[in-house]
Amino acid sequence: MIGSERVARSRRRAGRRQVAWCFVAPALLVIAVFFVLPVVAALAISLTDFDIYALADLSNLRVVGLRNYVELLQRPLFWKALGNTFYFVAAGVPLSLGASLGAALLLNSKLARFQSFFRTALFAPVVTTVVAVAVIWRYLLGTRYGFLNYALSSVGIAPIDWLGDPRFAMPAIILFAVWKNFGYNMIILLAGLQNIPNELYEAARIDGASAFARLRFITLPMLAPILSIVAILTIAGYFQLFAEPYVMTQGGPLQSTLSVLYLMYEEGFKYWNLGSASAVAFLLFLLIFAVTLLQTRAARGRFAR
Amino acid sequence: MSSGSTGRRATSVAGPPQRASPAPAGVSEVAKRRAWAVAQLALALVVVAGLLSSCSRHASNVTTIRFWAMGREGEVVTALVPEFERAHPGVRVVVQQLPWTAAHEKLLTAFAGDSTPDIAQLGNTWIPEFVALGALSPLDARIVKSTVDPKDYFSGIWDTNVVGEHVYGVPWYVDTRLLFYRRDALEAAGIHEAPASWTGWVKALAAIKARAAPDHYAILLPLNEVEPLLALALQQPDPLLRDGDRYGNFESDGFRRALAFYVDMFRRGFAPPITASQMSNVWTEFGRGTFAFYISGPWNIGEFERRLPAELQNTWATAPLPGPSGPGASIAGGSSLVVFRESPVKDAAWQLVEYLSRPDIQLRFREMTGDLPPRRSAWRDPALANDVHARAFRDQLERVKPAPKVPEWERIADEMRNVAERAARGQWTVDEAVRELDARTDRILEKRRWLLARASRD
Amino acid sequence: MGIIVNGLLFAGAAFALFPLLWMLAASFMAPGEASTYPPPLLPAHPTLANYRELFAHAGMGRYLANSILLAAAATALSLVFNVMAGYAFAKLHFRGRERLFRLMLGALVIPGQIAMVPLFLMLKHMGLVDTYGGVIVPALASIFGIFLVRQYALSIPDDLLEAARIDGASEWKIFGAVVVPLLKPIIITLAVFTLLGTWNDFMWPLIVLSDQNLYTLPVALASLSREHVQDNELMMAGSVLTTLPVLIVFLALQRYYMQGLMMGAVKG
Repeated sequence: MIGSERVARSRRRAGRRQVAWCFVAPALLVIAVFFVLPVVAALAISLTDFDIYALADLSNLRVVGLRNYVELLQRPLFWKALGNTFYFVAAGVPLSLGASLGAALLLNSKLARFQSFFRTALFAPVVTTVVAVAVIWRYLLGTRYGFLNYALSSVGIAPIDWLGDPRFAMPAIILFAVWKNFGYNMIILLAGLQNIPNELYEAARIDGASAFARLRFITLPMLAPILSIVAILTIAGYFQLFAEPYVMTQGGPLQSTLSVLYLMYEEGFKYWNLGSASAVAFLLFLLIFAVTLLQTRAARGRFAR
Repeated sequence: MSSGSTGRRATSVAGPPQRASPAPAGVSEVAKRRAWAVAQLALALVVVAGLLSSCSRHASNVTTIRFWAMGREGEVVTALVPEFERAHPGVRVVVQQLPWTAAHEKLLTAFAGDSTPDIAQLGNTWIPEFVALGALSPLDARIVKSTVDPKDYFSGIWDTNVVGEHVYGVPWYVDTRLLFYRRDALEAAGIHEAPASWTGWVKALAAIKARAAPDHYAILLPLNEVEPLLALALQQPDPLLRDGDRYGNFESDGFRRALAFYVDMFRRGFAPPITASQMSNVWTEFGRGTFAFYISGPWNIGEFERRLPAELQNTWATAPLPGPSGPGASIAGGSSLVVFRESPVKDAAWQLVEYLSRPDIQLRFREMTGDLPPRRSAWRDPALANDVHARAFRDQLERVKPAPKVPEWERIADEMRNVAERAARGQWTVDEAVRELDARTDRILEKRRWLLARASRD
Repeated sequence: MGIIVNGLLFAGAAFALFPLLWMLAASFMAPGEASTYPPPLLPAHPTLANYRELFAHAGMGRYLANSILLAAAATALSLVFNVMAGYAFAKLHFRGRERLFRLMLGALVIPGQIAMVPLFLMLKHMGLVDTYGGVIVPALASIFGIFLVRQYALSIPDDLLEAARIDGASEWKIFGAVVVPLLKPIIITLAVFTLLGTWNDFMWPLIVLSDQNLYTLPVALASLSREHVQDNELMMAGSVLTTLPVLIVFLALQRYYMQGLMMGAVKG
């Protein structure tokens, strides 16, 4: 390449870089100002005891270092919220993924009819407004007049106070969350299933493999990468449980549906203990980060084999 | 910012980047300027849209008063507004209703966001909190020059509006809690008078429970309400907080007695350990005799009169709350009207307060809501004086005590409710409960202690 | 075997649709009819009373208009921001592009709620509290949207862009004339995503808006449901009103939406 050509080329490249920045600048600016900056501010606030006194007069603010974090870790309510959240994740994610996978497998089957109708129907709950459907579910879960208890009573089970009994409130929330969300992952997994080459199945069928064997040795391994990613993202998402308890149970009864994020909301917007609320949020973030890291490492290890 | 249901997230990771083959291209200054113009235009559009939607409040010569009210009062006060507007031409009142369950949050959020209304209905236990925030305008000077006469108000009620040396609100209606009971159930159990002391009360409860069906109870004490326990606690000589309201005093004998009495009602099966929402319809169940005693407030006079069938109207009555050794105290509840410091129309807002505080307007308000007026002169009106159910309230209102006037009270009351629920459900003993409550209260009050220490140092 | 598969699918669809269908049925029931035992499946005498009540007394018409305005404005504006950025991350070169993109992806793990309170205080200082600006501005750009567009834009043939550049077209002209038409499917997908997200969002508008006249449907419904705990049929009508528009949009454009999701999944 001749020298002058190189110079011209690099000048054009620099020019194009500038244009590129113009394309991304607006979006990056919004993200920086309205997301990154508040997150950093939240970290700073979590090191102070910002509360309504400080809201009234900033001189009432004290920098307390890690005291918010220490106090949180010593508060039984925090551990209860953490326990509730773990319960939700541990029970909800397998149920949700199982439902998504099952639905995707069914939809992908060659024997399925009216595929696009079923696909739409199964996906419909995802697009609904959580407030609106929570109203419906609150009613369906009603002790005396709810459909769920009516259905259960027809098989002889006594009416359960789903939203008033501390033992059953979280299962009710889990059921609701699974219903609302399973369609989303179903579509992703369906895409993954449709990408598995047919020849593999043909070959297996010729070799006499049963449907179950085909599932176990072809479908699941081929689906594993996508399944793994979906699982990671679903777990991260489920740790952020908030809307469902907010609308359905307000964290009760007896704080059995209080999630970590709900605790943050109460500290922050109900009592305006912003320092403590920010500390809760960051603890949650660290938790999600750690769990995600563990999972990705495990996944990478598994696929490296 | 998406905060829809949990679990919606991105779906895959980035693929390997493709390399574009380098090629000549031109970038002109014009293009760059155009890009920034587009970005600025977009942002400008957004800001304009935002500004447009926050319309000016002084369009033309009309003064607009923004009034936030809760619950039933919020629904009903709009009917009183037209007369006020007629008497004050050029003034418009815009009423916004808030549900009680979200009102406290919304008011605090409005304060934090500099978007408080001009005048609001405020639960009187919230007044110390909003005074500490500096959100309310002191009303002493205005009261002196107006028709609002402090001596006409029940002293316990007026006192809840006084924080430090100033008055920050004018009571709008009073709320206190006392006994609603089924007289026929009591008669059938051989008791001919409402109990006046704790011992008499326990006797009545035991007698009723002994004759009640298995799934019926003697008294309903919903676990999501803190007011019954608070009333019992206020009847004690020991204050709820000590040392200038710096520490919790729940381990005192007085509160222990109150909590033990409360918890006993559940332990002995007099009351079901449920929340109000678990009893599908409190009024119907009262009518069905599922429980005979209910500690509630004035609004239920109207509700029971409306919802119970005619033949049951003679069977129920109200009575003052029994105390440890005779008629006892109860909570000094109710709402006040406050004017916010940041309001640009404080004079007009005060006129609305004065209007709503007129005894005749208060009586009309009472007709619409069942809320009881806080002025003794209003009580002389025959409509109230002859109301047999309201008589007990008139008596009780002379024996009301306010809750501690600390900004953190709402929070402490929440903890009281949580702890009492656990004790009632048998998870904690009374000793464990009061110790836990004191620990939580002390932690909540830590900032207050620090502020007071700092103030006394300066 | 086919019967089992289709039977299960039917059961699944019934599970998914039953609450929504019942919501529709209950909204036409007379007040109090839904609270009977055994719970009714269909209204005895369908009535429009609940809807009339909503529009006449609860002011739902205004909230509906607010929701439409807000969702449309937010979608249109955010499309501009996200599509430009997504294309740039895919096809335009600038220093640190890949690192920046990976950083942004990592930020997806951060729960948005951390930022809520400081963001609220920031908006207060900007004077955007209790305005639609405060609701829209933080959502103008989303990492997920940029990601979607970028993944899709990677498939634009470079030769096409090079040819246009050789012909002397500026980057802006290329973007407008060549790229945007090619990105149409993902633009529609992103538009549907954003529309749904903005319409259904209730937490942030609930915090930012105090003036009732600015409320959107979900926010109004949240308030209404806490006030009228006993009026179930009215609540159902409110729920129908809140859910129906997005369902219709979704049904009309579901092809794009699902394609976009699938494409995002597969490209990865």
